[in-house]
Amino acid sequence: MSEPLIEIRGLRKIYRVGKVDVPALRGVDLDVPPGEFLAVVGPSGSGKSTLFHIIGGLTPATAGSVRIGGQDIASLSDAARTNLRKTKVGFVFQKFNLLPNLTAGDNIAIARHIAGRDQKPEPEFEEALKLLGISRRLDHKPAALSGGEQQRVAIARAIVNHPAILLADEPTGNLDSENSRAVLEVMRDLNERLGQTILMITHNPEAAAFGHRTVRMRDGRIVE
Amino acid sequence: MTVKLVLENLKHKPMRSLLSIFLIAVPVTLILCLVGLSRGMLADSARRARGTGADIMVRPPGSSVLTLSGSPIPEKMVDFIQRQPHVALAIGMVVHPISSVAFVTGIDLAAFDRMSGGFKFLEGKPFQGPNDIIIDEYYAHQHKLHAGDRIADLLNRQWRVSGVVEGGKLARLAVPIRTLQDLTGNTGKVSLIDVKANKPADIPTVLAELKKLLPDYNIYTMEEFTSLLTVENVQGGALSTFIDVMVAIGVVIGFAVVLLSMYMAVLQRTREIGILKALGASRWFILKVILAEAAVMGVSGTILGIGLSFAARALIHALYPASLTQAVVPIWWPIAGAISLVGVLLGALYPGLSAAAQDPIEALAYE
Repeated sequence: MSEPLIEIRGLRKIYRVGKVDVPALRGVDLDVPPGEFLAVVGPSGSGKSTLFHIIGGLTPATAGSVRIGGQDIASLSDAARTNLRKTKVGFVFQKFNLLPNLTAGDNIAIARHIAGRDQKPEPEFEEALKLLGISRRLDHKPAALSGGEQQRVAIARAIVNHPAILLADEPTGNLDSENSRAVLEVMRDLNERLGQTILMITHNPEAAAFGHRTVRMRDGRIVE
Repeated sequence: MTVKLVLENLKHKPMRSLLSIFLIAVPVTLILCLVGLSRGMLADSARRARGTGADIMVRPPGSSVLTLSGSPIPEKMVDFIQRQPHVALAIGMVVHPISSVAFVTGIDLAAFDRMSGGFKFLEGKPFQGPNDIIIDEYYAHQHKLHAGDRIADLLNRQWRVSGVVEGGKLARLAVPIRTLQDLTGNTGKVSLIDVKANKPADIPTVLAELKKLLPDYNIYTMEEFTSLLTVENVQGGALSTFIDVMVAIGVVIGFAVVLLSMYMAVLQRTREIGILKALGASRWFILKVILAEAAVMGVSGTILGIGLSFAARALIHALYPASLTQAVVPIWWPIAGAISLVGVLLGALYPGLSAAAQDPIEALAYE
C-alpha cells in the first residue's frame, strides 16, 4: 500500500461557545492514500465539516496531528494555513460559493490569481474543463447558470491550481438528482482520469457509493 | 484580476457606488470653489488696481492691504504729492464699502482718465451731473442695468447710470468724488492717493521720497501692492485658516462616507470574503481589494468634484458676475485629490481590516 497522502492521528477540536467548551472532534484517526475518492458520512453534528475545515486549513486543530504529504498542518499559523489553501487544497461547497460579481471564467481565474499563477492554466486543466462540460458557459455570471453548472464551475475553480486534495462538502446537497449524478460522475472522472484525491462529505448513500471507500462519523469520532 | 474584481464589486451595487462617489465629490467641489473664489477675487482686485495706471499707491496710516477705513487723508495731500519731483500725476479717491465684497469709488473722472487712459464705454457716456454713476459690465449684467437706468438703493440716493464700461479698471461702481465725499461726510478728504511717475525709471525715486516725506503712511509700488493680495494676507491669515478648516472637513466627509459605504459593503460581502479566504486569499489581499475600491471611488469623486467646480463656477458667473469671481486653480486639483484619497483610505481602513480579520468558516456560514 502506498504512503498515505493524508495521515490523521488523535485529532481533537474543541470550540468555545460563550463559556462552554463544545468538543467537535474527539480523537480522529484516518489515513487517505493518494488518488482515493473517500466518502465521509454521518449525521449533522458528527464532526464531518470540522474535520474538513481542519484538513483544508480553515481552522487549527486543538490537539493531534494532520499530515498532508508529510507536512503537519494541524498547528500551522494563520498565514501558513492561508498558503496551504492556495496550493494543496481545493474546496467545493454545498452552496457552490461562486463570487456573484464575476463570470464563471473569472471565478476560476481569481483562484489562479490568488495562488500567484496568473498565466494560462496547464493543458491538463483544459481536459478537466472538457470533463466538466462548462467550456461554453465561462462568460456567464453565476446567476445565469443552473445549479449543476455552478457546481461544476466550483469544481473547476477548486482544481485549477492542481491541489493535492479536493474537499467536497455536500457537493450535491443543493442539486436535483439529474444534476447530482452529473456532478458525481464528473468527480469520479477527475479521480479516475487525473488521479485527483477527493474527500466528500455527503448524507446521501447513493452519492457515497461513488467513492472507493466510505467512513462514518458520529459524535466527533470515526465509527466505521 | 484584482482590478477586475474591484471594478465588478463597484458595478455590482451601482447606486451605492455612485452615491458614494458623489458624496466624495462634494467636499472636493467645496474646496476648489473656496480656493477658486478667494484667489479669483484677489486676482480681480489686483487686475483692477493695475487698471488704474498708477505706479504707486499711498494708503493711510493703519490701513491694511485689503481694507480701508474711512477717508482720513486730507485732500491737500494730493496737491502736495503732485508737486514732488518726478511725479507726473497724483489723484485722490474715496472708497466706500456698500457690502462685504463691493465698494463704490469716488473719482475725479478727468484726472482718472489722464492716469488710466480712460474707461472704455460700452454704453452711455461719462458723468453728466453729480448724481451720475458709472458701472462696469459685470455689475450691469448682475443687476440688469443699462445706461440711463436709475439705481435707487445705493447710499440712500437715487443715481442715474450715465455709462456702462468695460471691466478691469478701478472699481465696479464709480461716482463723482465730490458727491461721495459729501454723502459719506468726508468733504475735503480722500481714502487713498494713486501716483504716476514721469517714467518707470523714476518709480523707486518717487517711492523713496514719499516714504521719507510721509513716514506713517503705507506706500507701495503697484507691483508690490498686487503681490500682497494673497490668501495668506487676508484678515491676518484668517482666510488661509478657513481654507485649512474646509480641507479638514473634506477629509472628514470623505472618511465618513467611505467608512459607512465600505462597512456596508463588507457586511454584504461577508460570504464572498469567506470564499476568497477559502481560495487562499491573504489578509493583505482582502485589505487591498477594499482599499482599492475606496481609492477608485476617491479618484472618481475627485474627478467628479473638479467637474462640479466648473459647473459651480459657471453658475456663480451667471448669477453674481460682479460680486464673485472664481478662478480655476489647477494646482489645487491634485491637492484636493490627495485630500480626498487620504479621507477615503482612512475610511476604508477599518472595514478593510475587519474584513481581513474575518474567520473564514464564520464568513462562509454568513447568510
